Amino acid sequence: MTVHRPLSGQPAERTTLAIPGVRCAACIARIEDGLAGVPGIVTARLNVTSKQLSVNHLASLQLPDLIAAVERIGFEAQPLSDAGSKSASKETRDLLRCTAVAGFAAMNVMLLSVSVWSGAAGATRDLFHLLSGAIAIPTVAYAGRPFFRSALAALRRGRTNMDVPVSIGVLLVTALSLFEALTGGPHAYFDGAVMLLFFLLTGRALDSVMRDRARDGVTALVRQTAPGAMVVRADGRSEWVRAEALAPGDRIIVAAGERLAADGLVEQGESAIDRSLLTGEGTPCQVSPGEAVHAGTLNLSAPLTVRVTATGADTGIAEIARLMGEAGQGRSRYVRIADRAARLYAPAVHTLALCSFLLWMVLGAGVHQSLLVAAAVLIITCPCALGLAVPAAQIVAAGSLMRAGVLVKDGSALERLAEADRALFDKTGTLTLGRPDLVNLDAISPEHRPVALALAQASRHPLSRALTRALQDADITAAPVSDLTEEPGFGVRALWGGTAISLGRGDVQDSLSAMLTVGSRPITLHFTDSLRPACAATLQRLKQLGIEASVVSGDNGTSVARALQGLGLTAQTSMKPQDKLDAVARLQRAGHNVLMVGDGLNDGPALAAGNVSMAPASASDVGQNAADAVFLGDSLAPVASAIVAARRSMRVVRQNFVIAIGYNVIAVPLALAGLVTPLVAALAMSGSSIIVVANALRLRSAAQ
Amino acid sequence: MTGLALLIPLALALGLCGLGAFFWAMRGGQFDDMDGSGMRILIEDEE
Repeated sequence: MTVHRPLSGQPAERTTLAIPGVRCAACIARIEDGLAGVPGIVTARLNVTSKQLSVNHLASLQLPDLIAAVERIGFEAQPLSDAGSKSASKETRDLLRCTAVAGFAAMNVMLLSVSVWSGAAGATRDLFHLLSGAIAIPTVAYAGRPFFRSALAALRRGRTNMDVPVSIGVLLVTALSLFEALTGGPHAYFDGAVMLLFFLLTGRALDSVMRDRARDGVTALVRQTAPGAMVVRADGRSEWVRAEALAPGDRIIVAAGERLAADGLVEQGESAIDRSLLTGEGTPCQVSPGEAVHAGTLNLSAPLTVRVTATGADTGIAEIARLMGEAGQGRSRYVRIADRAARLYAPAVHTLALCSFLLWMVLGAGVHQSLLVAAAVLIITCPCALGLAVPAAQIVAAGSLMRAGVLVKDGSALERLAEADRALFDKTGTLTLGRPDLVNLDAISPEHRPVALALAQASRHPLSRALTRALQDADITAAPVSDLTEEPGFGVRALWGGTAISLGRGDVQDSLSAMLTVGSRPITLHFTDSLRPACAATLQRLKQLGIEASVVSGDNGTSVARALQGLGLTAQTSMKPQDKLDAVARLQRAGHNVLMVGDGLNDGPALAAGNVSMAPASASDVGQNAADAVFLGDSLAPVASAIVAARRSMRVVRQNFVIAIGYNVIAVPLALAGLVTPLVAALAMSGSSIIVVANALRLRSAAQ
Repeated sequence: MTGLALLIPLALALGLCGLGAFFWAMRGGQFDDMDGSGMRILIEDEE
């Protein structure tokens, strides 16, 4: 239901938000109806498939207001940039159009061909051939474009791929059939050419749909490092400015719980800063006026006023971005298995067709007859099943993985995942949950728990949030308290029926502890960044798969050792992004295919450099964008199941190759002998395609 | 055989109708939100 309201003359703006929590019809109604009541919003439309909300609103309504409006309705919202997703979904639309045209043509040409096969002769046969040609030639020109484009691009770079034999085959067969149709010959292969295009386009369109789905899923999960900041102007007004529009010299207010959108110097306020996304180090550090703070870090306890010194490409993060750009180049050199197969297959097929032409010429059959035989060889060897062999298996496997909670970004990622033989894990946020969990809930007496919740709810400090979560899980409701204040560098104080209560810093030595004081009795609360569920089991399973794992962490040695007790992993600690990149490169030089699993900004370069990489859904936007696959939920188990599924899908791909080539081994001698009529070609082609797709469907439960 | 003159154009025209309808539906955005469209049936209009 779209809500329309007359525009009051002000210019409207369009903003897209990601809403990861959308699941059902009730969500649509709640969000769209809820936003209809918000002044300034003209229309709101929710797309459940991509989990994106597109809002038309007056320019006076700013991004934080929109997010707040959605959050009031009870959903989490994240800003999205509009760029990117449009062009990719256009590719899918284009392929779908081509498939529809090819499907229409294949059906109608087949209708005419069946009449010819069942005995139409003379003028009727010629008419049907001409009609088939009139349908097939525009279809080949329209629906063949994706193949011709890709084949041309490959040939220009002096390479060959699967599309080269497809293009040559289709064009040659169409031209020859046209000649046959015009001269009243007995055989025209228009049906073969069009059917080939239809089958291959189906595979290609499915491949593209799979990529779109995974990309939409990942986009909806991405936590933008910092979309913007509240800027205080010289005249005291404050306004929301997007990160890319910030300029050095701006004064920005960073509320507790917000990420910094730019590098800067603290002007006012004292607070703790969480730099884990940048460095992997879990311990927050204190900042006071005059100290430098970096983009991407999280302000924990109190509002800060920061004077911006560097923005966008000049920030500390930009160095990481540069490293990532360089590291990603190695991966683009990866050649997909279908193209590797085509390197062997295409020359063999073309030589074979040429040989058969020459052979029949030598035997004195005449140019026309010899060309027909060569065309029959081309169409029978045209890699119809080969073209479907890879995408069919990968789509089914990726669909199965998606249901199991792994979003694989494309087919090539599955191939590289299957080849991984060495794994590197980040610690904070990857092996661990990256958020503290309360260890000793029992230390708080039952009557004090509601008070503790009231205090914890008032702060955005990660420890307070952990306490809130633990208490809410125990079904506690907050007690009424008064005079609630948050004191930077200490914590929260309040009054509870006349008793002074506070929740604040614990042991100075231990950053993962807090002190709860009710009256005069202090209780120390301990927290731990616990390992992800199924962590040990997953590592064990990786070992069984022949993949040795180790840890690369930006955190210091003691905290890594404490966190990873009993896992039996070797770890390298205190690593900078460049060090992690070097670790990956060292293993690659030793001949390993490295799987990198990480989440933070600091893992970005290593994620881009690894032969294949995975990130948890809780990762930073940089981490998720650099990774080939994203796994949902807390458990680490999807990492191992993704590898198992990828290997199974590669096994099926190889079986499919064998089936497709096996068909050719039987059919090629027939074609060489001149026995392949259009009917035989059509049967062979659809038969092998159906078997290949059926074989791929066995992967439906690959991820279980 | 005279039936062919009628039947073949008819078959092609019907096929083209289907193709046209698919293009039209795609341009109209009917495939943009495959999950959501099914759910929207369940929402009751208040008017």
